[in-house]
Amino acid sequence: MSSATTVEKTPAGTTAKVEIRAVHKNFGPLHVLRGIDLDVRAGEVTVVLGPSGSGKSTLLRTINHLEKVDGGTVSVDGVLVGYRRSGNKLYELREREILKQRTRIGFVFQNFHLFPHLTVLENVVEAPVSALKRPRKEAEAAARRLLERVGLADKAESYPKQLSGGQQQRVAIARALALEPGLLLFDEPTSALDPELVGEVLDVIKDLAATGTTMIVVTHEIGFAREVADTVVFMDEGRIVEQGPPADVLDSPRHERTRAFLSKVL
Amino acid sequence: MALTSDPPAAPLTKEPAAPATDLVVVPVRHPWRWVAVAATAVLLVQFAHGLVTNPGWEWDVFAAFFTTETVLKAVWVTLQLTFHGTALGFAIGIVVAFMRLSANPFLRSVAFGYIWAFRSIPLIVQLLFWFNLAYLYKELSVGIPFGPSFFSFDTMGLVGEMSAAVLGLALHQAAYAAEIVRGGVLAVDEGQLEAAASLGIPKLRQVRRIVLPQAMRSILPNAANEVISLFKGTSIVSVMAIGELFYQVQVVYGRNGRVVPLLMVATAWYILLTTALSVVQHYVERHYAKGSTR
Repeated sequence: MSSATTVEKTPAGTTAKVEIRAVHKNFGPLHVLRGIDLDVRAGEVTVVLGPSGSGKSTLLRTINHLEKVDGGTVSVDGVLVGYRRSGNKLYELREREILKQRTRIGFVFQNFHLFPHLTVLENVVEAPVSALKRPRKEAEAAARRLLERVGLADKAESYPKQLSGGQQQRVAIARALALEPGLLLFDEPTSALDPELVGEVLDVIKDLAATGTTMIVVTHEIGFAREVADTVVFMDEGRIVEQGPPADVLDSPRHERTRAFLSKVL
Repeated sequence: MALTSDPPAAPLTKEPAAPATDLVVVPVRHPWRWVAVAATAVLLVQFAHGLVTNPGWEWDVFAAFFTTETVLKAVWVTLQLTFHGTALGFAIGIVVAFMRLSANPFLRSVAFGYIWAFRSIPLIVQLLFWFNLAYLYKELSVGIPFGPSFFSFDTMGLVGEMSAAVLGLALHQAAYAAEIVRGGVLAVDEGQLEAAASLGIPKLRQVRRIVLPQAMRSILPNAANEVISLFKGTSIVSVMAIGELFYQVQVVYGRNGRVVPLLMVATAWYILLTTALSVVQHYVERHYAKGSTR
């Protein structure tokens, strides 16, 4: 049984759990991830904190196989991401199969990466139409509902360049949601924004958290972590230093490095 | 304290103390610019005067030949060479460009070798090679490589003068087109590919819908240059005695000796059609500028 078919069996809109086991990643001589183990329960919000260079963005990118791992496994809802296991071997999947797996995982980038030559509506509709083969009419209706949800119903015909950074990021979130993913990954979604625009994006993410979609958010917004996270994970030098409920990790960190980091950002 | 550099206590009240709102801004004058304008204008007028009064231009001959059937037919041949050369050249060029961008080192090297070879061989030399293809290969056949063949053609019959010319122009063009397309694809932000990949958009669709439309913005100005230079470059095909514009004009002035007015006939057609191509370029570029602010 190929994992691609397993992915299809999971009905759209349901929420997924994530299991990361002993993940290693090297960039040349740089050992960026040094054995990461992490469990994210379905419907939970996990916030990953850590100094820059600690490997948190790389970890996030391994979850939808934008980054291949050099060791260990990532699975979403019990299905290996990017590989098929047969006995003791992991066979890398074909690109087509990996692309199919990614339709179950939404990814929001720090720099939005909207398609600049397509309108907001076309940006949101593109993946459902081309990857999920949804009829265009249906996809457009769904896209308009999503744009309304992120407060941009009136911008459907605009081009990304005509929007503010905060609006662009909200479109990017709508675009990720259009695939009705069971898991949403956010890579520093507010780091490229002017301070006064951060709030509108965080509000949208908070609303999503309340709907019970599994989310993993890499961010520097400690206040957001405290308010929304079920679990806070602190990473440093490619390892998870500590994790737990926000009250524990943020208010009474056990580890010296966590304390040092928090004292700098708070 | 005579040795200090304190500014002298100049009387600050020398100028009448007008309120700042009453001051008028005077832009700097450029007298030499006007001299340059005058000199350039004189030269232009002299040139125009010469065009009108010098009998050597023989405008009556120009008018008589500008739209004769021979010339119009030759213009048509030139346009055909340009169109087929461009279409085939860019088709091959796109393939070579993606080979050079491929992850496979063998495909990459072959593409590199192709570009290296065809950029190194002068077009005219290459054209003469194609023209003499029948000398190298009497027969062309379709079949199993190194095995039996299913069909075969007489090279002379299949690769006529016109196809030899188109092939030569296209293969030459493809080497340049490949680099232009590759440059355009590389100019697309990597984040665009990551975004498309993260959304699970199928690979071919990524290329067609996300990458190429954005690459077109940097491809187009260079591609238009290439089309225009190919259009004028077709005149080189005259060495193969193909009846394109420049060849035909040479034939006519060989007969009647009116060299200058007939060269002007060709010149005027080249200018006219290049202008038309530039207009097309403008509109195509505008199409691909959708969503852009500049």
